[in-house]
Amino acid sequence: MEQKHSLQSIFFNGIITENPTFRLVLGTCPTMAVTTNATNGIGMGAAATFVLVGSNVVISLLRNFIPDKIRIPAFIVVICTFVTMVQMFMNAFLPALYQSLGIFLPLIVVNCIILARAEAFASKNPVLSSAVDGIGMGIGFTLALTLIGSIRELFGNGTIFGVQVFGAGYQPMLLLILPAGGFIVYGLLLALFNAVSMKFTKRKEGAAE
Amino acid sequence: MSPIVKILLFMFSCVLTHNYIFSRFLGCCPFLGVSGKVETAFGMGIAVTFVMTLASLFTYFAYYYVLVPMKLEYLNTIAFILVIASLVQVVEMFLKKSAPSLYSALGIYLPLITTNCAVLGVTILNITEGYNLLYSVLNGTFGALGFLVAIVLMAGVRERLETAKIPAPLKGFPISLVIAGLMSMAFLGFSNMFAGVM
Repeated sequence: MEQKHSLQSIFFNGIITENPTFRLVLGTCPTMAVTTNATNGIGMGAAATFVLVGSNVVISLLRNFIPDKIRIPAFIVVICTFVTMVQMFMNAFLPALYQSLGIFLPLIVVNCIILARAEAFASKNPVLSSAVDGIGMGIGFTLALTLIGSIRELFGNGTIFGVQVFGAGYQPMLLLILPAGGFIVYGLLLALFNAVSMKFTKRKEGAAE
Repeated sequence: MSPIVKILLFMFSCVLTHNYIFSRFLGCCPFLGVSGKVETAFGMGIAVTFVMTLASLFTYFAYYYVLVPMKLEYLNTIAFILVIASLVQVVEMFLKKSAPSLYSALGIYLPLITTNCAVLGVTILNITEGYNLLYSVLNGTFGALGFLVAIVLMAGVRERLETAKIPAPLKGFPISLVIAGLMSMAFLGFSNMFAGVM
């Protein structure tokens, strides 16, 4: 029972308490670069989730064999293998998404979230919890990317997932699709999350008193 | 157009119109993490310039003289990251011996360059854009100089922000991101500068 509970908390840890995008502010490059629309956000999130789960499982299995001194290169090679697999898969089955993610697909290798989880979690924990951690973190990342992508697509293009939301008379705010919009939307969302979590901690403190 | 003019235009476009931070979103993690002080930001920029130039040079040879003849192009990500990681290690050892003061100034940032996506990014871009050796190296050097400009500008702004009154939820990363957005807008002004001539 206790095992199940801890797995649950590991799972939600990645989605809420330690959300890689909004709480840890890791992997910022793909977060802003690919989120010009919601579909790209989901695609990037799914690719990163697959790599996260795969590398977490393999690194957790090998955690007693990898010498401490060369662990970072070893982790990177494991991560790289999974990234190459995703790249080939997407190129074959989802060529449109492969094109729009472009250079950021191979760059998952240096995404700090994945290396950070390998170093902080998978190299110290058993296989099952590492896999759950990967899934949780991956879902947290995907949700965040989809949210940012939806906002930018909605106001910058008037659509969500390519479906027209506002009427044809809507004048899109082109700025949000441009790189500048990525920085600003992400910054404001981060501020919003900070404000909400500050409210929560304050209420908790108030209840404790 | 003479080749010299072409090369000069390419250099400027790397710094201004295709700035690694503001228009390509490469290297955002160190850009946000190490831009607290102008001095450290400058050191980081120099170290990245050094590594990006060498990485462009070495991965060019690794790709065209090792991977292509062996028909292993699909392994480029793995090969490049290994080249970069060992390069950073070599640079680290070299600096430790020959320039200990610079080494201690760069401190932890040096090993972190391995995971700077601008470095891996530039090597992959060189291949996908089909640059020759000269252009690859120039792309590395001047792309990194664009990164240097961006991170030093950002550090200058953030030093001033220390004393500014900012609403609590915006403190730290959020306000930095918004400022980066405004700077990116300013860099947008360059975007058509070379459109007519290149």
